[in-house]
Amino acid sequence: MSAVIDIQDLWVEARSSGGSFQPIVEGVSVSVYPGEVVALIGESGSGKTTTALSAMAYSKPGCRIVGGSITLNGRDLLKLDQEERRQLRGREAAYVAQSAAAAFNPAIRIGDQVIESTAIHQLMPRDDALREAVKLYQRLDLPDPERLSNRYPHQVSGGQLQRLMAAMAMSSSPALLILDEPTTALDVTTQISVLSAFKDLIRGQNTAAIYVTHDLAVVAQIADRIVVMQNGKVMEAGATEQIISRPENAYTQTLMAAVRPPPKSMSVEGEGSDQTDDEMIVSVDSITAGYGRTETKIVLQDVSVAVPKGKVVGVIGESGCGKSTLARVIAGLLPQRSGEIYHHGQELPNVARRRTRSVLKNIQIVFQMPDVAINPRHRVREILGRPLDLFIGLSASARESRIDELLELVELPTSYKTRLPGELSGGEKQRINLARALAAEPEVILCDEVTSALDTVVGKAIIDLLKKLQANLGVAYLFISHDLSTVASFADHVVVLYAGRVVEQGPLASVLAPPFHPYTRLLLSSVPELRTDWLDGVVASKAHLDHLGQAVDSSKVGCPFFSRCAVAVNDVCNRQDVPLRKMDQGHTVACHLELDALRG
Amino acid sequence: MSAASQAPSETDLKTRFTPSLIIGLVIVGFWLLVALFGPALAPHLESDIVTDMSYAPAGEVGLLGSDYLGRDVFSRLLYGARMTMGLALLVTLLSFSLGVILGFIAAISGRWIDGLMSRINDALMAFPSIILALIVMSALGTSLMIMIVTVAIIDSTRVFRLSRALAMDISVMDFVDVARSRGESLWWITVREILPNTLAPLAAEFGIRFTFAILFISALSFLGLGVQPPAADWGVMVKENLQGLLFGSAAALMPAAAVASLTVGVNLIVDWFLRRMGGDVSQELMN
Amino acid sequence: MGRLLIRRILLGIVVTWVVSMMIFAATELLPGDVCHAVLGQGATEKSLESCRERLQLNQPMHTRYLQWLGRLATGELGTSLANDLQISDQIGARAWNTVRLAALTALIAVPLAVLLGLIAAIRADSSVDRGISIGTLCFISVPEFFTGVLLVYILAVQLRWMPAVANYRDLTRGDFLEVIEALALPIATLTFAVLAHMTRMTRTAVLNVMSSPYIEQAILKGASRSRVIIRHALPNAVAPIVNVIALNLAYLVSGVVVVEAIFRIPGLGTLMVESVIYRDIPTVQAIGMLFCVTYVGFNLIADVMAIIANPRLRHPR
Repeated sequence: MSAVIDIQDLWVEARSSGGSFQPIVEGVSVSVYPGEVVALIGESGSGKTTTALSAMAYSKPGCRIVGGSITLNGRDLLKLDQEERRQLRGREAAYVAQSAAAAFNPAIRIGDQVIESTAIHQLMPRDDALREAVKLYQRLDLPDPERLSNRYPHQVSGGQLQRLMAAMAMSSSPALLILDEPTTALDVTTQISVLSAFKDLIRGQNTAAIYVTHDLAVVAQIADRIVVMQNGKVMEAGATEQIISRPENAYTQTLMAAVRPPPKSMSVEGEGSDQTDDEMIVSVDSITAGYGRTETKIVLQDVSVAVPKGKVVGVIGESGCGKSTLARVIAGLLPQRSGEIYHHGQELPNVARRRTRSVLKNIQIVFQMPDVAINPRHRVREILGRPLDLFIGLSASARESRIDELLELVELPTSYKTRLPGELSGGEKQRINLARALAAEPEVILCDEVTSALDTVVGKAIIDLLKKLQANLGVAYLFISHDLSTVASFADHVVVLYAGRVVEQGPLASVLAPPFHPYTRLLLSSVPELRTDWLDGVVASKAHLDHLGQAVDSSKVGCPFFSRCAVAVNDVCNRQDVPLRKMDQGHTVACHLELDALRG
Repeated sequence: MSAASQAPSETDLKTRFTPSLIIGLVIVGFWLLVALFGPALAPHLESDIVTDMSYAPAGEVGLLGSDYLGRDVFSRLLYGARMTMGLALLVTLLSFSLGVILGFIAAISGRWIDGLMSRINDALMAFPSIILALIVMSALGTSLMIMIVTVAIIDSTRVFRLSRALAMDISVMDFVDVARSRGESLWWITVREILPNTLAPLAAEFGIRFTFAILFISALSFLGLGVQPPAADWGVMVKENLQGLLFGSAAALMPAAAVASLTVGVNLIVDWFLRRMGGDVSQELMN
Repeated sequence: MGRLLIRRILLGIVVTWVVSMMIFAATELLPGDVCHAVLGQGATEKSLESCRERLQLNQPMHTRYLQWLGRLATGELGTSLANDLQISDQIGARAWNTVRLAALTALIAVPLAVLLGLIAAIRADSSVDRGISIGTLCFISVPEFFTGVLLVYILAVQLRWMPAVANYRDLTRGDFLEVIEALALPIATLTFAVLAHMTRMTRTAVLNVMSSPYIEQAILKGASRSRVIIRHALPNAVAPIVNVIALNLAYLVSGVVVVEAIFRIPGLGTLMVESVIYRDIPTVQAIGMLFCVTYVGFNLIADVMAIIANPRLRHPR
């Protein structure tokens, strides 16, 4: 059996901002056999997408393939002219992009886009193609398959669009499928069903696939072989089982070490630290907040959370659940509509400017995107010096040595203080942001998704740094994340947010053990584990069962999770106010079902 | 990705000195020198009648011939450089200060003030600019002072819109939120956090507004509503000598070409600057 | 979508109304009154009185505004301060020249600009694109009177291909060829003035669309270049291009005034300029209103077309 795609010694160059060409892929070789999934794994800038796209003889604008051979179904693509290459694209090889929302043309009906490859290459009559598309929709568990083709992309949800991308790629039954981070933009609960849909399709059609991702746990579920890339070079290649259990290359080992163990294995017995004994630095009581003027969009509803001295409170939820809004309300950036914020029991004004200097000093915030959280026109010295001037007040020489100390604290060289943010990497910028927060010597730092814009390894290092700082300085965190594994790796207390409401909160160990709120259960079962049979197990157990694509409606009465809940009771869950079920150690679950029913 | 985000190396910067930038710099530099020293070097005064021959061809009278009254076109061109560029600079400085200050105030003020200022601005922008100028000047008369203020105000509506948008874009960035969460004053946020990040696009806008002012003022002068004869202004010179075209005189062409070369020069520099800056803002400014 | 359209149209009406108030208010800016300013120092008490009588200055401002609006609506614009002719007659006599010039220019410039913009965008960074870029940059920079004077100098004076001055007054009865010959230079001048902006903005609009992921997706489906552009890019570029065209009609309006002056075409532009010089305020107001309503109207049409072209608004969830 010969390989579907055989890339040998591929060299690709990209034009730099100055106009000269720099190599971005250097001598990469990858081959994929029918029915096989090969994962290209690496961080941003590793050249994985560039390599994958070269399998379609395509390079992004500003890039060019300069060397090697690319053999698809026995033909060397680099020897073909433009027209011959065009004939291959969409027929022999198909592409699934990272963001389906952007890859679907907003002006064209879904059906026409799904079957477009068959139309371009005249593979079958339009009516047949549309009938085949409906079959694909059914296999992909898409709702209302008969009418889906007539809709426009903006009329369906993101998870559905991502699966429609698969239908689009498969409509022409290509020999090779290229999947470019197809689940990265999705919430963890949505990811599973999309992933298993892809897996089924690939198996069913005996297609060869290249799967590009940075997420090892996802790769473990779907890939037969893994190629690890860094800076345009292959670091290690081998069978999935071998790479995840016995990585040989040092870089692969680093990558593996950055994968956090799944939260379930963390569920140690609770230490029984009763929350009420600790002194609360910040707490919010029944906060309701939202955006917009007259027609209010409520983002947070009746939320109560408290951060004890020196502890880590993790806030978890999917995008749009209001977790960042919570941090903004506490920081005094978004005035709440009702409810109170307390600092050591003292009620705080809802706007930062009206708070006292000591309050401002004690509550610091670090944002998700290091690139936009630092003023690009200020040097590091200025960025770190401003909170020192404002909150600490030091002599010129003491100020200078404190800046050195802060840089050392976040493990950066002191020579960095004359740099502009443009001269720093993403991870370094985030360290500067941390140092800026630490400069005020705060009691609590609100960390809003501080690692999610960073590569896994870099993010891991930031988390390690946060842990170290907490141990050494005794600072508390309100740690906001969409990633349950990260939260579980160092939070003392966990708050689960869904559609702007707290559905469950309590000490880490209690939240990770039954009884669960149905949403917490879904979250827990959705976090991919680093073993190859995890996905199949989850799908078989139906634990991920989830009515996808239902819009979240936060203003409705009843339980916000109703439309997606596997155990919901009609006319109760969607009609009545949700009771708050309390257990010891401040563990609460907001659910209509009795605690015993949630234990199973 | 990584290659594109790297800071430009020195060789990169050298290759970026494109021919069009150099041409632009040479043209603008030339006219600046003319505006500064031209009148001192001119062989005649702007209003001197040097010959009784109208539209004398170039070479026969002076370097560039004579105009419809027999004045030296070359001398008037040199005087005109100072008049046209000086007026344009004055108008641009006025419109720029007005537009930037009001734009920033609108951006950082509350909903009501911003709304009111923006609606007034929208209303002014609902007029084609030359029509608005004509209406105002019909009511207030056509003195130089009135023209300067009118053009500056009309021009400032564009500056207002840009600086408001720039400040708004930056005021929602996380680093501004960081400053707010520190309890910084509105003044500090505006001057230290927002302003430094708007300087590059505002500099480009200044160039664009300057060419606009030159074109606008010389168009009004050409229509007989701006600078009044016998003062030498390029627009006035085109108007005066338009008839001469029929007799084959290039007296009207010279000042027109002077305006054209100056504005092309400024735009070449601005264009280079915008390309170097890159990004969405420059895309918008480039149009 | 219907509600959005109605809102947009109402907004257009409001803008027109505000514009009318501002045009009317312009005369109220004067210290003293219009008659004083117009007739100057040497005015006798009697002439001032008759002027005020004519402009009904002895009535309160809002009454005058409403009457003025009423006259605008019915076309009874009164008589000119400069020559006692009916303003509506004067406008009527000259409007055709202006409309014909603007319309013929738009007919040439709009398709040409869209075509050039498309070519520049599709061949982005090629020598064709760079050529168009430099060319449009130059034409944006140069004043209309330069293009006009240069065209006359070369084509009419040096090469004698065209008449330098045409008798535009007789053109209303002239046959088509005569019209074209007489208007060729003005149209060319005006076309250059509006073409450049429109071309550059079209290029930007199309490039924005062409850099979307769905275009890459179409390419990777094997779509041919023409299919990518016609089926995938154009439907999404319609709204921005329409907007570009509407925006540039402002340059057309401004350009018309100057081009009419260069070629001494008796149109609304020259009438307006003359009226400004004679301080014939009622005429200026009437023509100003006409230009503004046209401009606001075109922008409104562009907005409506952009709304209709947006699939999100045509097919709500």
